[in-house]
Formats: sequence, structure tokens, C-alpha cells
Amino acid sequence: MKKLRVFLVRFFGLFPSRSRQCEFNEELQSHLQMHIDDNLRAGMTPEEARRDAMLKLGGTEQTTQAYRERGTIPSIEKFLQDIRFAVRQLTRYPGFTITAILMLSLGMGASIAIFSFVDATLLKPLPYRDPNRLVDVTESASVFPRANLSYLDYLDWKRLNHVFSSMDIYTGRGFMMKAGNAVDLVSGARVTDGFFRTLGVKPVLGRDFYAGEDKPDAPNTVILSYGAWQRRFGGRADVIGKTVVLSDTATTIVGVLPRNFYFPPRGDAEFWVPLRPGGLCETRRSCHNLYGIARLREGISVAAARANMKAIARQLELQYPDSNRDQGAVVQPLYELIVGDVRPILLVLLAGSGLLQLIAGVNVVSLLLVRFEARRREVAVRGALGASVSRLIRQFITEAFVLVAVSLAAGLAAAYLAMRVLIGMLSEDILFSMPYLRDVGMTVHVLLYAVGVALLSWLMFSIAPAMRLSVTEMRADLNEGSRAASNTMWKRFGSNLVVVELALAMVLLVGAGLLTRSLYNLLNVDLEFEPQHLATLTVSASDEKYGKNEQQVAFAHEIERRVQRLPGVLSVAIGSRLPVSGNGNTSWIRIVGMPYNGEHHETNEREVSAGYFRTIKAPLLRGREFTETDDASHPNVVIVNEAFVRKFLPGQDPIGKKIGDTTLTPKSLREIVGVVADIREASLDGEIMPAEYLPFDQSPENYLSVIVRSSQSEASLLPSIVSTIRQIDPGVGTLDETTMMQRINDSPTAYLHRSAAYLIGGFAALALLLGIIGLYGVIAYSVGRRTREIGVRMALGAQRSSVYQLILKEAGRLAAMGIILGIVSSIVAATLLRKLLFQVHAWDLGTLSVVVLVLAVAVILASYLPARRAASLNPMDALRTE
Amino acid sequence: MGDKTDVWQGTLALMVLKTLETMGPLHGYGIARRIEQTSGDLLSLNYGTLYPALLRLEQEGSITSEWGVSENNRKAKFYRLTRSGRAQLRKETREWEQATAILARFLATGEDLP
Repeated sequence: MKKLRVFLVRFFGLFPSRSRQCEFNEELQSHLQMHIDDNLRAGMTPEEARRDAMLKLGGTEQTTQAYRERGTIPSIEKFLQDIRFAVRQLTRYPGFTITAILMLSLGMGASIAIFSFVDATLLKPLPYRDPNRLVDVTESASVFPRANLSYLDYLDWKRLNHVFSSMDIYTGRGFMMKAGNAVDLVSGARVTDGFFRTLGVKPVLGRDFYAGEDKPDAPNTVILSYGAWQRRFGGRADVIGKTVVLSDTATTIVGVLPRNFYFPPRGDAEFWVPLRPGGLCETRRSCHNLYGIARLREGISVAAARANMKAIARQLELQYPDSNRDQGAVVQPLYELIVGDVRPILLVLLAGSGLLQLIAGVNVVSLLLVRFEARRREVAVRGALGASVSRLIRQFITEAFVLVAVSLAAGLAAAYLAMRVLIGMLSEDILFSMPYLRDVGMTVHVLLYAVGVALLSWLMFSIAPAMRLSVTEMRADLNEGSRAASNTMWKRFGSNLVVVELALAMVLLVGAGLLTRSLYNLLNVDLEFEPQHLATLTVSASDEKYGKNEQQVAFAHEIERRVQRLPGVLSVAIGSRLPVSGNGNTSWIRIVGMPYNGEHHETNEREVSAGYFRTIKAPLLRGREFTETDDASHPNVVIVNEAFVRKFLPGQDPIGKKIGDTTLTPKSLREIVGVVADIREASLDGEIMPAEYLPFDQSPENYLSVIVRSSQSEASLLPSIVSTIRQIDPGVGTLDETTMMQRINDSPTAYLHRSAAYLIGGFAALALLLGIIGLYGVIAYSVGRRTREIGVRMALGAQRSSVYQLILKEAGRLAAMGIILGIVSSIVAATLLRKLLFQVHAWDLGTLSVVVLVLAVAVILASYLPARRAASLNPMDALRTE
Repeated sequence: MGDKTDVWQGTLALMVLKTLETMGPLHGYGIARRIEQTSGDLLSLNYGTLYPALLRLEQEGSITSEWGVSENNRKAKFYRLTRSGRAQLRKETREWEQATAILARFLATGEDLP
């Protein structure tokens, strides 16, 4: 207690105070006066009295000094003095200081900002209880490594496994909700009763689902997401017990989820209802529409759980060969499912920003070394005046501290800004699928990282000049003109730094080049249709009014008819799913006349209207398109894609062949009437699956997509399309109104590739800039050093061109070394990048040569200016400088 | 002068506290004089060393100070013992008595040896 008090008093004593100093002087004066008075009374002469008093006191200076040291903490006070001196030193060379701080804070800002994303994504645990025990459990099929789960299989898995303490399932569900006159399509999820208990999440308001609340006869209940509660119900506490009509069903609100709850697989789901096995799908073992989530029992590993589930899947395969053939099981950590895709990109970005920071650091080190050369005499003089080597080193350490501290502050500010900008660039959709990015910010982790980075830089900057200090050299430096030693030392060390810098910049440039090419390839991947000038949206109509096939067909035809009349519309098509939305929605087929032994021929299934392929401009390769007559009153027909022919009918004429379901029920038989190109149905980098297209009129739905090709701006057409559809029936909902180009550009694959390419590109540009500055610094310094030599050469008749050569040769040597080292390192780095590359090799020659060219031009630019200065030297002036 | 003893390490604070207890509030010069007189002029005290010691005691809260006027009308800073200073004094006195008693016993046994 007492110690702390003393420390605090002394600590505040660090801040110099004039009044305290004055007060002590006064006290000392009065002490001396009293002593002198006494001495006079004792009969001394005034001089004697004064001398004796001073003697007894031991000198005012010493006393004041001792008193001041007791008043503060001497070591810290010395440190503060050093800092004041360091600041003075740094402000004496503002060019150096500003450059160094700018470079450092730039590097730090970039890497801190990227780290904050890594922190939010990879380091922060998921917002569930004990998230490491949560696993994603699904079935797998030959074409889908992670497929959906069927309800009956789920029941068996849940019953038979001995590795999970609980297992639940979820799936998506859209609802139609009346909002005033119009109908809002809202997203929701269906989950089994124990879903939130398995996650370990408790509602903040109301209650969780009861056990058994997912039975068919239980009352209809719903739990709201926090966002839905705020947006749609004004965050009122009395919402619990209220009724909301979801798709014509009166449903009671029983709970509200916490604000920080998110479940990326279901993204923006607002209404969470119990999953009841009511529909057709849940009664069929072969209908897969669910995903499983489970909590591992204590001491059970993911691998053990996987083995158990696979064994059960095999058992079910034997038991139900019809439906469960080739149905395996997948068990992976939930964490993997949620952040698995983003991890490689974030790690690449972190590495990129780290490299950038390294370059900045190396640049500052070389600047420090250059400045050390300039300060050699100053250092030598201070050494000669009695400053010990350790004292001088402490000065360098302090200067580095000031430099790093200022840069850290600026870097943190830059990082904060960068975080805001990067988060601002994310679309709402992305934030729904990666909600953890909402937490990006200055967390404790991020601050610790920043401090760690700063400490490392401090170490680096302290060691570099300190290494250059040696007593003997210092003595030599006092002699004017002894520069040979320092020059070779500089050459060895300083120029090697530039080689490293150029190599690092090259790694970043190559990385950026490869990622940009990937992005380009991705966005220009052959879609086999023309996405330009297509407006798209999805329409959902209620089961009550549009439950029957005839109603759905009439509704779709009415949409086509009315939208077609809008100005600027070239053609209108209806489809069950939009292209580039994802594989899935598959069916198992069997081909008449082909050998069959029960294997699963899985194919994407899409329903399309007559004129669909014409509208999206997908090439029809053989046969015919659907026509108005391909309806329920005519024979069933089907169009397949090339991949379908390649896989199931290789080397045969597909036209006229018949396909049906696995048992070839007469009702399911369809005749192939056409072959269409491999339209990209899934993500841009996804594989092309076999696909079958059925006429919409023969297999209609009340949830459909509308595609409109227009002769004018397709985006401006969207509002009138929506209002036209609402005119047909105000009770239907529309969602996802956007253009096909937008859809492709905003797709998660494109988004991830784009952000990686942009950010690494930014880092690379900065790295190139820093590399040029570094090289320029080295060359300019070397020219300065060799002024005399050049002067002599010119005085002896050397041509300007040979001076140019001299300088450019040196620059060229460094650049060549940097580029060679860079080529090797960037090929190594690019192989690590492989996962992110799309249709580009890690050793892509085009990219490498462009980067080499860019670097070469940069090197020429950086060395031209100093070379010109050297060549335009007046020999006489040059000789006089010594 | 040469045969005077320097102040033992760590005893100056104790002497200051004791002086302030017996004499009441006193200025620095007064304390220094009083310590010398009490020692029968056997201690050699560098008056200057007193001030850091006074500052430390003040930092520890054992004494407080305020400006006042000395007996011969000079402005001076007077130091006064606080309650915690009194406790400190009792504690340190006890410790010193114990230490000197132990030492005395050691020296006594030494004399007893043949």
C-alpha cells in the first residue's frame, strides 16, 4: 500500500513542475539563512559563516539533484529525456522521419486491418455453447460430397448413433406475410424441437421450443430472430403470445433469439418454426431436403463420429437398397462448414499484408542505415565526449521507439478506417452469409497483434543501427575521409535489403496478377447463355389460390402475356430455378433400353417455359425447343444438356430416347426431344452436372422465376415487371429482383475472388511503390557516396554515357538479383495460392513476364534520376566536395 | 572532525521521526541541528542528505509539511509527524531495540570467552 503510494507520488513527479522546484529552492535558502544567522551569533565573520553553512549542506547543486531524484523515478525520467532528444533528432530530418512513419503506418495499417478480419472470422469462437463439439452431419451422394439428409434417414441416424449427445435438423423455408396491401416474402427456417438446445442458444425473450413441439399435431409456433423482432415488431416485449399469419397459417410467437445469434447456413432467416414431417418429402426416404447438426458426446472425436455415421449409413444401405444405395455420411466440424471457404483467402490476405509490412520495415531499416552513415561523425563526436556505447545504443533504441510509437498510432487509425471501408463494401447478402464479419473491429486480439507487430519493428530498428556501432570504427570515423570501411559495409547490407525488397514486391505482384487473371477467367467463364440484358426475379404464389396445376400454368401464362407487352421487352421466360444459382434440385433417372442395376443416375432437374432457351440465348444443339403444345394434354417430353449425353448416352443419338424414374413407371416416362449446351446452373467455378429440362406446362409450380430479355437497360425494367405481376394478383410475393449480370457479379464465388484480387492488388501496388522508393534511396545514396570518384572519372575524361552506365549497371545488378529471387519465391508462393486460382497455373508465364516487365520499368525509373544527377555533375564541384 | 561517525545506513529516517516526536513541528535546519546535538556532536551529518529523506517520509505519509515562521522570524517549512508516522516510529523503534539487544548479546558472549 505504502509502496504504491510512493510510486504514484514519484510517478506524478515525472511531470516537471516549476512551483515544486521553486518551493525547494526557497526551503534551501531559508535553511542556509538560519544556519548563517546561527554562525554569526557564534561570532564568525560573514564570509566564514556562509562558507561553513554551505560546507555543512554539502553544496546546493548536489542537494537539489538528490532531492529531485527522490522526487521522481530516475530511470523513467532519463527515458523521457532520451525521448525528448530523439524527437528533436527526428524533427531535424523531417524528410526521413515523414517517409519512415508513412511507410511504417501504411504497412501496419494494412496488416492490422486484415488481421481484424482474421480475428473475427478464424479466431473468434462461434456464438454457441462449447462450439468445438458441434458438427455438421449430412448424407453424401456420388455427385454431392455434402448432400442433404432425408427425414427418415435422420430418424434412424438419431436413434442408432452412440456418438452424439443430441442431433437435430434444419432446412430453409420462405413464408408469405401480409404487409399492408402487398405480400412480403420473408425467409425462415424449419428446425426440430431441440435445434437451439443443441447449439446451446437460449432465446432472450420468451421460450425455446418444447420437446415434442415438432409433432404434427402441436400448435403452430414461431421463434423470431432478433432482427425480425426489431424490424417487424418494433422490439416490443409484448410480442410473445401474439399471432402472426405466415403463409396463411396463424402462428403464435413464443420467443426471440439473442441479438448476436447467427447461423450462416440459414443466413437471413427471420422466422424459425418447428420442422413437422407433414409434406410429401418427409415420408419418402429418397427425398433429401434437410441438413443435420449434432453435438459430440464428451471425449468423442469428429473422426470417431464420422466412422459411426458411415457404419450406420452402410447398414441403412443394406436395409433399404432402393433408396439408400450410395448414400454415405459426412461429419465435419460446424466451424469448417461456416468459415472453411473463407479461410484460405484470409490467410493469403494476411500473408500479403505481412509481406507488405515486411517491405515497409526493410525500407525503414535501410533508411535508418543511410541516416546512420550520415550521422557517423555526430556519433563519433558523442563517443569521444564520453558517451558509452551502451548509452549510444540506448539513444538508437529510443529513436526507434519514437518512430514505431508514432507509426503505431497512425497505423491503428489507418487500420480503423480501412476496416470501416472494407465492411462498408460488403453487401447485405454477404453479411448474412458471413455474419461474423459484423464483429470486425478493434478487439483486444487486434490491439495485441498491433502491439506485437510494433514490438517486432522496434526490435528490428533498434538492432540495425546498433549493429553498426563499434568502438574501433567510431574512432576511425573521427578521421575525416575514412569512408572505405563504411562503404563496403553499406554495400553488403543495405543493397542486399533492396534485393529482398524487390523480391517481396515481386511475390505480391505475381500473386495479384494470378488472382486478377482468376477473377477475369471466372467472370468470363463460358456460361453457354448470354447474361447481358436479362432482368430476373422470383415469384411466389400461395398454395390456396395456386395449388392446382392448371392454376399455376394459367398464372405463369398470364405473367408472360402481360410482361411481354411492357415497352422494351424482347421476350419473357419462366423457369423453376435461375441459372448460376447452384446445383441441386436433382432427380434420379433411368434410361429406357440401357442396362440398369440400381445405380443412381443423378441429374439436375429444371422446369422451363417454351422459349426459355431462346430468351437466355442458350444454344440448342440438336432437336427442338419446347412449344406451346408441350402441355398436360400432350406426350411428356424432356430436353437434356450435353453433359447428360456425355455421361448417360455416350456415343448415341439421344433424340427419341426415353427416360423415367428408377422403376420406369409409365407416368414418369419422357421422350428426349432436344439437346442444349451446358448452361452453367451452379456457381461460376462449380462443375457442370447432367441436367434435364422439363416443359413448365407439364410440371408447373407456384414458386417460379421470371427471366426477361430487354432491348433497353434491364435494371430500369424491374419495377414495372414487379408492378405488372402485382396487378395480376396483389396476393403474390416477389423477391430477388435483380439483373443476371448483377447476380453473377454478386455471387459468393465472384465476391471472394474479387475481394482477394483487389486487396492483394492494392498490397502489390503499395509494395511496388515502396520497392521503388527503396531502390531509389539506395542508388541515390550510392551516387552521393561516389561523388568524388565520379568527379575524378569525369575530370580524367569519362563520358556522361559511361557515368550513366556505371550507375545503371549497379541498379541493374540489384534489380536482376531481386527479380531472380522474386521469380523463385513467387512460384513457391503461388503454389500455396493454388486453391484460389481458377483456370490459371501457379507458373503462368504471361503473368510472370508482365510482372518482370513492370519491375524492370520501375527499376529504370528509380535509378534514372540519380544517374542523371551523377552524369550532370560538374567535375570541379565534385572534387571540391571533399 | 575526523573521528566523528557517519550516520548509519537506514537510521536517518528513524532519527528524524524521533526528533519530530520529541520536539513537535520543526524545520529542516532545526531537525539537522537537533540530531547533531542529541548525538553529542558525535555524528557527522551532511545537512543536504536530510532533504531527500524528508521527501521520502512525506511521500510515505509519515510526515506532513507546511510553511511557517521560525523563532527568529524567518520563513521556513515546518515538518510535523502524522498518525501513521507515529505508528511507523513505534514499529521501527521496536525493531531497532530488538536488533541492538541481539547484537549486545553477541558482543557479551564474546567477552565471556576465556
